[in-house]
Amino acid sequence: MTEILTMSQVSLNFGGLTAVSSVDLSLSEGELVGLIGPNGAGKTSIFNLLTGVYAPSAGAIHFHREGSTLNLGGKKPHAICHAGIGRTFQNIRLFRNLTVLDNVVIAAAQNQPYGLVASFLHTPKQHRCERETRERAMELLRIMDLADKADELAQNMSYGEQRRLEIARAMATQPVLLLLDEPAAGMNPAETASLTELIAWLRETFKLTILLIEHDMSLVMNICERLYVLDHGVLIASGTPAEIQHDPAVITAYLGEEVADA
Amino acid sequence: MARILPLLAKVVAVLAVYLVVQAMIMTGVVDDYILITMVTICVNIILAVSLNLITGFTGQFSLGHAGFMSIGAYTTGLLTMHYPTWWAFLLGLLAGGAIAAIIGFLVGLPTLRLRGDYLAIATLGMAEIIRVLFLNFPFTNGAAGLSGMPRFVNWTWLYVFTAGTVILISNFLRSMPGRNLIAVREDEIAASSIGVNAVRAKTLAFVVGAFFGGLAGGLYSSYFYFIKPDLFGFQKSIDILIIVVLGGLGSLTGSVIAAILLAVISSLLQPFPELRMVIYGLILVVVMVFRPQGLMGDRELTFSAMRRLLPHRWREARP
Repeated sequence: MTEILTMSQVSLNFGGLTAVSSVDLSLSEGELVGLIGPNGAGKTSIFNLLTGVYAPSAGAIHFHREGSTLNLGGKKPHAICHAGIGRTFQNIRLFRNLTVLDNVVIAAAQNQPYGLVASFLHTPKQHRCERETRERAMELLRIMDLADKADELAQNMSYGEQRRLEIARAMATQPVLLLLDEPAAGMNPAETASLTELIAWLRETFKLTILLIEHDMSLVMNICERLYVLDHGVLIASGTPAEIQHDPAVITAYLGEEVADA
Repeated sequence: MARILPLLAKVVAVLAVYLVVQAMIMTGVVDDYILITMVTICVNIILAVSLNLITGFTGQFSLGHAGFMSIGAYTTGLLTMHYPTWWAFLLGLLAGGAIAAIIGFLVGLPTLRLRGDYLAIATLGMAEIIRVLFLNFPFTNGAAGLSGMPRFVNWTWLYVFTAGTVILISNFLRSMPGRNLIAVREDEIAASSIGVNAVRAKTLAFVVGAFFGGLAGGLYSSYFYFIKPDLFGFQKSIDILIIVVLGGLGSLTGSVIAAILLAVISSLLQPFPELRMVIYGLILVVVMVFRPQGLMGDRELTFSAMRRLLPHRWREARP
């Protein structure tokens, strides 16, 4: 399998605080990989590094697509999105005052080939592009089971629906690599189960590579092929879910050191 | 067919408003005094709609719109004074808008990293610099300003530019670059994550807003014969902002309604000069207390929305 993303010796410092320390991480095409770790371990910081919200203090991030390699370090978020990486956010960031459909349409419209003049004059070409974009956005809403809510405001949706809408919006940019930041947070077990199926289906259908952060172990153990475990900004383990479950370093990170003699 | 009908309805409505007013002017129902109010309304509509693009739709708090207006006013004024012809007038409007847009771009680039009140202060400073420049340029006649420009603006030109501005900006907001501005207002980080270049979007808002602000200034100077730097001070920027906030941040039709409403109230109160500003202020306070989101909020008064107001029987009959 060919690699699609490699992080080599990546660090991120905020002044004196090291949020991410010399992390090596790689993803192969089509993989579904989980990134887990206790709260404050630096998981979201890694997502922010990958999507250009932060520039790495040291190390390199390379994105390989169609035979060419792109250095993501220092690239702006919008450029990284155009390169083919989509993401969702841990604390949902929807366009709250816009309709569900518009949330997806804005994302789906980014590659439209018409210029500024066409946007003022609403030329036939603009109309055609607009219609295609809307159809594509509706299709995504149908996939995410949100089609009947298309005209509702994003802020009026339930928590689970908002999470699905965020995935729909990220998918609308046609990414090859999708980063999901706690997609199941705030969902009940039934919603989590159907989300798990959905993620697996999306990956299959759109030939996606997915990296996800998740605390819900039922989801992680069910669909992730490999896991990286992060603690205090350092990668402490990686491997299959079965290996991770029995890794002493991971158990220590989550549950604390075993005390030999009380 | 489904798209042609609403489009036709819009064209008919836009033409009807023009023809009715034109007929009223020709029959003398609208006298010069009313026409002055209408010019004020139209200029204020263009100003408010273009400021709304910056402040309401993109979320960039700007207190410098009068600065852009003054650039257009002086450009058109100077051009038509030296070349009193129709083409100089039209060229002046476009050039005024273009120069304002360039200034908007130059000012926008360094200041758009600022947010909220910081940006407001920076744009206020920009407008003051422009005002002081017009006070001191050798060709703008200082504090006394320019007077005696030929009047080229009539109802027809006024209506073409006002309706044109509203239609163009409304189109813009219903297309990809325009919706990107709204996305940036809603959540800049999320907008970037789906490929929106936030810096570009904000700069574009300033450039487009400044262009139409300059256009409004050109129309103003060509109708009122007389401009001076003090007309485009801080107070004017605030006046425009009041229209935008009263109508609703993020509602074009709100800006149009508020511009009309405020001008009508203001001219109805003309006979009571001592109470005028008190009542005017009171109306603003009352609206803000009971409708803090403005008259229209962020909604638009569209044809389909108006149809929903019709009784059921009528609605069913419509296509």
